[in-house]
Amino acid sequence: MAKVTFQTDLCKGCGLCVEACPKHILVIAQGKINKKGYSPAEMTDQEACIGCAFCATMCPDCVITVEK
Amino acid sequence: MAIVFEKPKALTDAVLHYCPGCPHGIIHRLVAEAIDTLGIEGKTIGVAPVGCAVMAYDYFACDMIEAAHGRAPATATGIKRCRPDNIVFTYQGDGDLASIGMAETVHAAARNENITVIFVNNAIYGMTGGQMAPTSLPGQVTQTSPYGRDVDHCGWPIRVCELLATLEGPEYVARVAVNNVKNVKSAGKAILKAFQNQVDKKGFSLIEVVSACPTNWGMTPQQALKWVESDMLPYYPLGVYKDRSAAKEAESK
Repeated sequence: MAKVTFQTDLCKGCGLCVEACPKHILVIAQGKINKKGYSPAEMTDQEACIGCAFCATMCPDCVITVEK
Repeated sequence: MAIVFEKPKALTDAVLHYCPGCPHGIIHRLVAEAIDTLGIEGKTIGVAPVGCAVMAYDYFACDMIEAAHGRAPATATGIKRCRPDNIVFTYQGDGDLASIGMAETVHAAARNENITVIFVNNAIYGMTGGQMAPTSLPGQVTQTSPYGRDVDHCGWPIRVCELLATLEGPEYVARVAVNNVKNVKSAGKAILKAFQNQVDKKGFSLIEVVSACPTNWGMTPQQALKWVESDMLPYYPLGVYKDRSAAKEAESK
């Protein structure tokens, strides 16, 4: 199983990771607001993650760390 | 568990000031990854431009210097000639490199200065609020072309890679994009090669990165990356425009 960690306070909620995820398990958490005032991206189903790091590849702000 | 992906060490912990979804962050990371891969952070000197990326000096962990508008290749020339053992790169936008800095760019390429130039083309002036750039597409609506770029009045957008490839000077000229995962990976490889060429003392390498400006294009980040694919890439085709070493090798076979 892969593990994806978000440095939530760096996220600007652009959603490029959501678009890139082949498993469609990332969402912008509309109900939450981070330190910068954006709704950050979050993982909905950690079990389904394959650790491809496509999300981290497209993230402009180095928010995501991927372990496998 | 092994780490598959983390922030490269050649980037500082400073929070990027770029707008949400701005590909500058991706391109910064690719440059930092190349520096990490080659292990040259201690001897790399970067030259920041004028434009959105002006604060690149806060983001790269190597030594940085700020050049006057468009003059980064001239500044880099000076640094490289005084300190030939250091690795020198410039990071410039289209307003900086293709407009006010075109003379410095062309002549640095013609002299085959042993530097690496990262050229971010997003077809607009970002920092100043979305004015028409030399690379804005025909018909593109900007603050200073509200009815679309009229090529009869403003001329045609400049294809920098094609232009520089006509010179004898440069070692390596390539155009890449960062609009999807596949293109980001190839962009990373091209940027790494551009730095490797300098380490190998091969000469001038320029990587044009076709980028986006969601804010000034008036699009969401997703729409902007789609517009890169549908509108920018047909005018700015990706590929290697000049690779002197590879051409020589092919000739000798």
